[in-house]
Amino acid sequence: MICGVIRPLWLRVGIWIVNIFLYVLPVFLESSGGPRAQAQGNNESVLAFRAVASVLTSPRCLNCHTSADGPLQGDDNHPHAMNVKRGAEGKGSAALRCRACHQTENAKFLHGPPGAADWQLPPASTPMAWKGLTTGQICRALKDPAKNGNRSLQDLIPHMETSLVRWAWNPGPGRTLPPLSHEEFVSRLKEWIDSGAACPE
Amino acid sequence: METTRFRVNGKSVELQIDPQTPLLWALREQLGLTGTKFGCGMALCGACTVQVNGNAVRSCVTPVRAVRDQQVTTIEGLSSDRSHPVQRAWLQIQVPQCGYCQPGQMMGAAALLAVNENPSDSDIDDAMAGNLCRCGTYARIRKAIHLAAEMTRGQK
Repeated sequence: MICGVIRPLWLRVGIWIVNIFLYVLPVFLESSGGPRAQAQGNNESVLAFRAVASVLTSPRCLNCHTSADGPLQGDDNHPHAMNVKRGAEGKGSAALRCRACHQTENAKFLHGPPGAADWQLPPASTPMAWKGLTTGQICRALKDPAKNGNRSLQDLIPHMETSLVRWAWNPGPGRTLPPLSHEEFVSRLKEWIDSGAACPE
Repeated sequence: METTRFRVNGKSVELQIDPQTPLLWALREQLGLTGTKFGCGMALCGACTVQVNGNAVRSCVTPVRAVRDQQVTTIEGLSSDRSHPVQRAWLQIQVPQCGYCQPGQMMGAAALLAVNENPSDSDIDDAMAGNLCRCGTYARIRKAIHLAAEMTRGQK
């Protein structure tokens, strides 16, 4: 007799239950965000942030997101002519405000002052300086309300829609654009936030 | 052409002008206020500095539409009788050499003293760094600003 062993009913039911746990549970865990899914989600989030960071570290952003006490200029991030200072609020010094030269739109001639509404640097208390940081350090700084101007992750999105940030994609003659379109930049930012806002090491 | 209204040195003015015209040309060509000078035309030298609502601005890159309903002050409006502390200090120290940049220098200095009556050398450097003087009168400018600051404090 090959199949001579007749298991009692309670044992057969027990085996079924164990099989269910062995085969069904992993599938359930995977579909509900188990460790492997989480790792994959983190990877996607990190990839999204790397795309975001490629814009944050472009000259159009870095020239004001600097740890220096004044803005930078040009694609080589050289110090702003005239020794312009940040000022406590990021709007220039007492009698040399950013608005002395920067209007609400770009000057039409080559190397004329660029302009947008609310032209300014980040304030001295939270300079949000990206220059010299690794992508991971930028990511963690961007998430930290103590360093990002007391913004939640969701608050970052409207900031990226301001006319000042949008200026980076309309910088006037002689200035390079960020590597992504504005639409793609905001889309990748949302993707990063929605996927858990993971940061590279 | 559009009608643009603003105030210059306390008087209301109304101009038929292209709103993109630099304020400098509206002041010099249409209003005859030639104390404000054209230097570089690119906001690089400060010779065209005037004040809008008390803040120093470069009139060569400020479109006239940006000053609609605003208060513009030029060197002619600093005072009617040379009594402004900056004017008195400039005369006492004999700051100018050729004088071309001086209206802009004085408007910048007056804007500084309006917000800081006791500026340090560093404050002066920060505020005046955008006003160039090819004659090199910077030392006298700084000295005159300190003197004007003393006069301003003494008036109170």
